[in-house]
Amino acid sequence: MLTTRIIPCLDVEDGQVVKGVRFEALRRAGDPVELAKLYNEQGADEIVFLDIGASYRSRRTMLEVVERVSDCVFVPLTVGGGIRNIQEMRDALNAGADKVAICTAALETPELINEGAARFGSQCIVLSIDAKRVGDRWHAFAKGGRLDTGVDAVDWAREAERRGAGEILLNSIDRDGTGTGYDLELTRRVADSVSIPVIASGGAGTLDQLYQAVVDGHADAVLLASLLHYQAYTVADIKRYLKQKGLHIR
Amino acid sequence: MIGIVDYGAGNLRSVCKALAYLQTPHCLVRSPQELEAVDRVILPGVGSFGYAVERLRAAGLFDPLMVWLEKGRTFFGICLGLQLLLQGSEESPDVLGFGVLKGESRRFQGRRVPQIGWNSVEFESSCPLFAGLASGEYFYFVHSYWAMVEDEREVAGWTDYGVRYASAVGKGCLWAVQFHPEKSSTAGLTLLKNWIERC
Repeated sequence: MLTTRIIPCLDVEDGQVVKGVRFEALRRAGDPVELAKLYNEQGADEIVFLDIGASYRSRRTMLEVVERVSDCVFVPLTVGGGIRNIQEMRDALNAGADKVAICTAALETPELINEGAARFGSQCIVLSIDAKRVGDRWHAFAKGGRLDTGVDAVDWAREAERRGAGEILLNSIDRDGTGTGYDLELTRRVADSVSIPVIASGGAGTLDQLYQAVVDGHADAVLLASLLHYQAYTVADIKRYLKQKGLHIR
Repeated sequence: MIGIVDYGAGNLRSVCKALAYLQTPHCLVRSPQELEAVDRVILPGVGSFGYAVERLRAAGLFDPLMVWLEKGRTFFGICLGLQLLLQGSEESPDVLGFGVLKGESRRFQGRRVPQIGWNSVEFESSCPLFAGLASGEYFYFVHSYWAMVEDEREVAGWTDYGVRYASAVGKGCLWAVQFHPEKSSTAGLTLLKNWIERC
């Protein structure tokens, strides 16, 4: 039976893990290579690295981090943050990433999804959607949550699937780093609208909220950052809890 | 020496890194001449069935690999490297696989596709590929098509995703798995080590 994936996310800037609240107020949380090793030992099903530095230097440092992690950690690694074209996708994959997450570039040039899937396979292409509630809908935001594109997040997920994305990484801007729980309505809407896997992200503060993301939000995987980096729980604690609640967990 | 067939498959690098971690000498095989120089072969692969066959043919490796398989030489296929052993695939109806196993690959129905994530594999405890592991162990899968293997005696591991299918096959010195041992943490490394040392 396929299990629900527990995926730690490392927001990295200039080689350091940082974590913000609503994409701002960043706090230092540690060395990414050491954290990746630790999460692997604790049973993480995958690891996501997001470069939030968005400078050339930060990108290079990030690729070095991925290179070092992939030498000794043998679980799937996803790299995202500021990836704009096929060459940058290739750079990330060559550094040791198994998948790339694209967000702003895909909103600007949706064909990038088709091209990436054709070159590297759909399984490589994760469409990251930064969604924020606007009225009774959610809009997909670009530029790290600063630019409202006006694109409906649910429609965008469907379009990405048609274009060949292998997974959707769905991040709620409203909930990011707040610990108030995933946006279940958003997650469910998107998960029920596509047939590719959906990873819920943004807002996990309690173990029960992770359970809700799967049971009520219909997510296939949950992404975690704050909950782990400040040692509130280990990946093993989280998995034990979710297993007890009856979810299929590795 | 282990040769890893390089025809542009996305997981090539991860497979090399896993072997390096296990301190196992290996090299890349890009031509028939380089295939001659190795005595064990790993065929990795992600992506489409038809494209992989096309790339293997373009590199002049398809026919030599077919001969390799027909002679029963030591072989390990990963992911698409398992499906290519079949006669064909629903994915690319006009393209023939190696055909050393009877059957074809079919698309998953009624579930999220691709299947992405960790799923369990049931196997016989006597199977050398799974030595030291318990049946039901989890491995990492990424695929949209599953191998329908006609002769169940060739199936070494079973997995369920809406359909119960062959996630590992074994026939003499030929072995292949649908999942990614190079991305399956300690269980995957154990399996790779088993193939190197016991198969």
